[in-house]
Amino acid sequence: MHIPDGYLSPATCAVLYTGAAPFWYVALRRLKRSLASRLIPLLSVFAAFSFVVMMFNLPLPGGTTGHAVGVSIAAIVLGPWASILAISIALFIQAVFFGDGGITALGANCFNMAIAGSLVAYLTYRAISGKCPIGSRRRVVAAGVAGYLSINVAALLAAVEFGIQPLLSRDASGAPLYAPYPLKIAIPAMMAGHLTVAGLAELILSAGLVAWLQRSHPSLLSATAPGAAEAGDGAGGFGWLALRPLVTGLAALMLITPLGILAVGSAWGEWSPRDLTNPAVRRQIAAVSSNQALPPRVPQGMERLSSVWTAPFPAYAPRFLRSPSFGYFLSAAFGAGLILLAAVAGNWVFARQRRSG
Amino acid sequence: MRPNRFIQGSIHGFLRVLEHALESEELARRNGLLQSLDPRVKLLGILGLIVAVAASRRLEAIGGVFAVACVLAVWSQAPLHTLATRVWAGAFAFTGAIALPALFLTPGRPIWRLPVFGWAVTAQGLRGAIYLISRVETTATLSVLLVLCTPWAHVLKALRVLRVPIVVVVVLGMTYRYILLTIATVQEMFESRRSRMVGKLEGRESRRLAVATAGVLLSKTMQLSGDVYLAMQSRGFRGEVYVLDEFEMRFRDWSWLILFFALGAAALWVGR
Repeated sequence: MHIPDGYLSPATCAVLYTGAAPFWYVALRRLKRSLASRLIPLLSVFAAFSFVVMMFNLPLPGGTTGHAVGVSIAAIVLGPWASILAISIALFIQAVFFGDGGITALGANCFNMAIAGSLVAYLTYRAISGKCPIGSRRRVVAAGVAGYLSINVAALLAAVEFGIQPLLSRDASGAPLYAPYPLKIAIPAMMAGHLTVAGLAELILSAGLVAWLQRSHPSLLSATAPGAAEAGDGAGGFGWLALRPLVTGLAALMLITPLGILAVGSAWGEWSPRDLTNPAVRRQIAAVSSNQALPPRVPQGMERLSSVWTAPFPAYAPRFLRSPSFGYFLSAAFGAGLILLAAVAGNWVFARQRRSG
Repeated sequence: MRPNRFIQGSIHGFLRVLEHALESEELARRNGLLQSLDPRVKLLGILGLIVAVAASRRLEAIGGVFAVACVLAVWSQAPLHTLATRVWAGAFAFTGAIALPALFLTPGRPIWRLPVFGWAVTAQGLRGAIYLISRVETTATLSVLLVLCTPWAHVLKALRVLRVPIVVVVVLGMTYRYILLTIATVQEMFESRRSRMVGKLEGRESRRLAVATAGVLLSKTMQLSGDVYLAMQSRGFRGEVYVLDEFEMRFRDWSWLILFFALGAAALWVGR
């Protein structure tokens, strides 16, 4: 994800340097105010740690290995502003001294990884962990999700920057001057590796490090956990009381599920064999599929497999109910209930294992 | 996964960085052209050439700057085989792999068809791939030359000419030192683990070891930060930073600065 020189046009590099500059300025000002003379040693040493962590070749499930950026752990331990500066410094040294990433593309790399990555990681971690105790497993989950999301947001930004180059810069013959792939190629190509290998490496490192810190140095997690108990009971689960806002939001969403009835037609690709035999629906499907002709008959495999399993609430409308709105609401409540039940059961099994272990 | 591949691979990676740092320091002490110039001239001149390459829209201009970079390397006693192995081969393999599909995917005039598959290489795709590879090779050569021929501390001090805040310059200098220290620490941790290991380390155990090592490193880092702060305070540090500015521009430095800018301007003009 470290963009080298030559992949982005000077205009893109200039825009991203300009976009990064206010964040650097604000971060430096805020940290000077809060850390005063502690700023220099803390940033220097933590940037060195980030640099070395980026070199860790993490073994991943399946036998492959991947490198993590360590941006989420920096955001979780130091907070977003110090993380922006520490990761930017590590990226500068990587680019200038070790040639990993370009000098003209440094603004882009810092914008993607240090700035967007730190902010996404911090906000995700805070949103999921809420005010649960420092030792709560929810913090481990939050760190893993924060790591996974932050690296993927950074990769998506890099892919968009690559993908817009052919639109911005071509020579007289039409040859692309910089990164040659359009968005429709750049985004899937970039995201394939990050949604799997790199995302997983970041997830493992972030979640693993937070779990390790909970056991060994919980105080290092307190900077980004205001209001949390200093040492929580790890077996205490996810802190259901703290989940109250999420549960309230879920209930509100269930209440408005009948809005789904307002949508007409089927979702693309979710057609039933009956849809494919209805001439009006066939016309709709062709219209939304670039007027590709549909097969004259229902494909045999589709017909055979569609009868293997009959859902109890087909099309979110239980057969015993006449009101479609109430059917929709009941389906939402049933689905959410099943998920919550599975989560409670999983939590109970996990807690039991811990107690017996 | 092969037994201990992760430990072995990590140790090799750390050693490569240390080796790289030592080699750069040794080259920066040689008696070459770039080594003899004021670091600010090198920084501004090479940065100017990199920007010119990034902005050029013609291959001739990029090729010209690449030739200049090679001449500078020879005059500065930077071995071309070091550049070839450390920069050119790596950049070519990485960027070449990225640029290869563009030969077929870029729409344009077909100039050749791949036997068996029948995929058409387009003129625009080929040109785009050459633009990308040549630009990456040239800019990477220039930035490596800057670092190989200038002690790191001088590169950082020269950043002041770009109005980089003094506190950032100091943090960068300290970070570099602590990177080397942290690498030595983590390398010792891995070595000690390897020396006490028999048999195969499974994937799950490897992950646990990696995370625990990163965790211990993080704790040591935070402790080190506190120790460094106390050491700085004991020497009278109160938050103000001063950097000794011993650089002095001579006639020769001014001449080379003008020459660098003239070359950059020429590349921009040819490549417009």
